[in-house]
Amino acid sequence: MIILKLFWSFFQIGMFSIGGGMAAIPLIQNQVVDLHNWLTLAEFTDLITIAEMTPGPIAINSATFVGIKIAGVPGAVVATLGCVLPSCLIVSLLAWVYFKYKEMTAIKGALSGLRPAVVALIASAEISIFAMAIWGEGGFSANPESINYISLVIFAVALFILQKWKPNPVFVMIASGVAGGAIYLLI
Amino acid sequence: MKRKIRIYRKLFSSTFYLSAFTFGGGFVIIPLMKKKFVDDLRWLDEDEMLNITALAQSSPGAVAVNASILLGYRIAGISGALITVLGTILPPLLTISVISLFYTAFRDNIVVNAVLKGMQAGVAAVIVDVVIKLSGNIVKENSTASILVMIGAFVATFFFKINVIYIILACGCIGASKALIQAKKASKGGDIK
Repeated sequence: MIILKLFWSFFQIGMFSIGGGMAAIPLIQNQVVDLHNWLTLAEFTDLITIAEMTPGPIAINSATFVGIKIAGVPGAVVATLGCVLPSCLIVSLLAWVYFKYKEMTAIKGALSGLRPAVVALIASAEISIFAMAIWGEGGFSANPESINYISLVIFAVALFILQKWKPNPVFVMIASGVAGGAIYLLI
Repeated sequence: MKRKIRIYRKLFSSTFYLSAFTFGGGFVIIPLMKKKFVDDLRWLDEDEMLNITALAQSSPGAVAVNASILLGYRIAGISGALITVLGTILPPLLTISVISLFYTAFRDNIVVNAVLKGMQAGVAAVIVDVVIKLSGNIVKENSTASILVMIGAFVATFFFKINVIYIILACGCIGASKALIQAKKASKGGDIK
């Protein structure tokens, strides 16, 4: 029974979180902490911290984390599947419609209007990621002391390398992580 | 058949690998996908990648998962979509399963935190790099409407924190009506001749 409950809870989270990770957090909290008491609020805060530290969408990380805690590995698998099932159904349908009608004038026009908007959305998300990397949790602050200069240098070097040699971005990310760890251990 | 299996295998390994490096929110996977599927494999072009991003962003669920589904579907139909979903959810599923065993130690480890801090700076650089490239291409299109939409959408989301769904709907409507008006003008022009 608990497996079914897990599935249904995360199905709802997957169904109603539109617009990326941050939008999903209150939904997850509502299901996991308020409705089912699967996690305490402190555990939930830990979960968000760990989700930020590990790869993958927050909703999927939460599903795995809660599932494994409540019902072991089967729980993790079921909760994760519940979380992606709405996407699979809705997006597949959308994909079918899109690839079938993408040559229609109205659809083509709509998509050409969306492309610059998407670039703007990525730019806006980038500013928060940048602020998080350079100033930490609190985001932008005018106080020069709150700047993490190590991060700033890593950022600048990484951007220079990306612009100049166009390497695989994954290598740049790994190298930045190694540099961060090494500088910390040396200082 | 052999060719199909090769494509499936490539789809799975690519999405698995990309998902394993998607730190810090769904948008991070977009530059990685662009590099892999547009620049390296040349399975689709940049415009199509942006269309997929827009659709992924406006559908329910995680952006990374949605983008993978659309990409898999585009390359190899429904079975392609299933393979890319699997490739995208396995890395977080495995990582979190392992970490949940000792998560307080992981969370409080200073070296782990230093590595992640460095990685965050690297991720920020990767996204700036892509934003420069993408916005450069929009400006190169030399269409005033596109540039205005880009600036307007940025102001709406960054300064006014308007829900992304409304921004996407509005920009889609602007694009569609512009295209329809142009089509109408073109057909009228044809009548006169």
